Amino acid sequence: MRRYVVGRLLLMIPTLAGVAILTFVIMRAVPGDIVALQYAGSPVPQSVIDEQRHLLGLDKPMWTQFTDWMGQIAHFDLGQSLWTGHPVVEEIQIRLPLSIELAVLATLLAVTIAIPLGVLAAVRQDSWVDYLIRVFSIGGLAMPSFWIGIVMILTTITLFGWAPPLVFTPFTEDPIANLAQLILPAIAVGYRYSAVSMRMTRSTLLEVLREDYVRTARAKGVGERMVVVRHALRNALLPVITVVSLEFAFLIGGLVVTEQVFNLNGIGKLLVDAVAHRDYTLIQSLVLLLAAVFVLVNFVVDMVYVVLDPRIRYS
Amino acid sequence: MTAVSDAEIIARRSYVDSTGRRRFVRFWRDFVRRRPLGTAGAVLIILMVFAAIFADWIAPYDPIANRFQDLLLGPSPEHLLGTDAFGRDVFSRIIFGSRTALLVGFTASIVGCTIGLVLGVVGAYFGGKIDMTIQRLMDILLSFPLIVIAIAVVAALGTGEDKIANVIAAITVPIIPRVARVVRSSALSVVNMPYIEATRSVGSGGARIMFRHVAPNVFAPYLIMMTAFLGQAILLEASLSFLGLGVFEPTASWGLMLRGAGMQFLERAPWLAIAPGVAISMAVFGFNLFGDSLRDALDPRLRTG
Repeated sequence: MRRYVVGRLLLMIPTLAGVAILTFVIMRAVPGDIVALQYAGSPVPQSVIDEQRHLLGLDKPMWTQFTDWMGQIAHFDLGQSLWTGHPVVEEIQIRLPLSIELAVLATLLAVTIAIPLGVLAAVRQDSWVDYLIRVFSIGGLAMPSFWIGIVMILTTITLFGWAPPLVFTPFTEDPIANLAQLILPAIAVGYRYSAVSMRMTRSTLLEVLREDYVRTARAKGVGERMVVVRHALRNALLPVITVVSLEFAFLIGGLVVTEQVFNLNGIGKLLVDAVAHRDYTLIQSLVLLLAAVFVLVNFVVDMVYVVLDPRIRYS
Repeated sequence: MTAVSDAEIIARRSYVDSTGRRRFVRFWRDFVRRRPLGTAGAVLIILMVFAAIFADWIAPYDPIANRFQDLLLGPSPEHLLGTDAFGRDVFSRIIFGSRTALLVGFTASIVGCTIGLVLGVVGAYFGGKIDMTIQRLMDILLSFPLIVIAIAVVAALGTGEDKIANVIAAITVPIIPRVARVVRSSALSVVNMPYIEATRSVGSGGARIMFRHVAPNVFAPYLIMMTAFLGQAILLEASLSFLGLGVFEPTASWGLMLRGAGMQFLERAPWLAIAPGVAISMAVFGFNLFGDSLRDALDPRLRTG
């Protein structure tokens, strides 16, 4: 077991290195660097541009730039944003609480809706309840969350004359103002998220309900509610946990469009802006961070499996 | 609900009448009879394809002609869904938008799923170093959120008025690893079957085995994922266009319609924001419903979130 854990942790290194190389190469393949963008359209002599590039270290050969970056990372130094000049860590620190909070809220919302409805749909398979729940969940997959967001803003404006505040207040300062801003985006994102988890709950539960031990439980007279909740659901939840955690990992950086609609200053927006500015250091660090979160969540899920299901042993 | 599963019915039917065409007809007749939700999805898809093909005849107005005397008109008998900030008829743009959505959706999902199929089958067939390399590459691609890769690809290839191919490429790339993974795991159970061994022993080459004998057996997941990713691709196109990284004006695209005027005139002209969103949702809804039922009918064991 210990060997397996160490092996898995070590395997993260080549994956993340691959991510690093890929991002590095793709971003430099994009035409136009940050200096070209900064001086676009202004009559600046070539010498100024060259000097600026030299200051930012963009005139060095690609290979040197890459090894420099790797060296910095080894020292846990992410460098400075090329655009703002602030340390990358600071830029991320400002946005991360909002992104994490939104992801947590959306997850809570999604799970509380998804699991009961998924169970209900599975237990009443092919009845009108099942059809209704499935239509509701496929609807969640079909409607773009950013559009749900737009419609919600529209509704609250026309019905209550209220729009969510534009300035982010940390939860610790003013919980109500904080939630007022984040609740709508959390619903917009949570709906899709719950649809994904609901479908997973339904299909795995359906599978488990056909297992022999469920029949055994019924045969020995265990009540139906007990059979579903204690015998079947507990075993059906593992894949649901995977789906929920992977979605969570995606939410941290993948809410690009929803953040745009609600004017939220999160990680997704930071990433899009960084791509637009060709802010190499910021992009590289962000992508690496998101990939690391994803790989780590994957790892944690596999470990959680061992705790939840004694049949699973890694070697 | 029923004691006999679809798979059994299909198997039995195919035993009784072996002609492919009759089997095909039987399959769809059963599908329509037993899967009301899937049939509803198919109807939505057919409607959309119809709108895309006959857009020139159905749309009452030119979708890209500006009429500055008719700015931001509300819905009326002349303009069923009102007009936008350039005086263009929203209904006509929705009709023409189905062309963009279907073009991007079909191309991206067919190309993406096919590349994924090839990578998955090749990896499963050869195993060893080749498989390992493909898998690691796919892992790397999988560790980004979909939209992040799409944005990176669009940024790398550039955007512009007639660069719809770049948008398609951006949507194709994130589909590949997801398909490759599923196809590989299905193909792995096939490559060790005795009949593959038999094929090899009569002297078939690797390519022939892979594409004549392995690939047809992973066709069910391939088809199912293709319909699922069609919906995803349409959503992704809408998201990219909404961000200003997808289709450009004046082309009619649902995501693009939400972007500009849809957000800007939210209070004054809410129809601008509602109509394209409904169109996107109906399209994706149709493909998902259809794909779901197709999965149940073709392969009840398969799960795709």
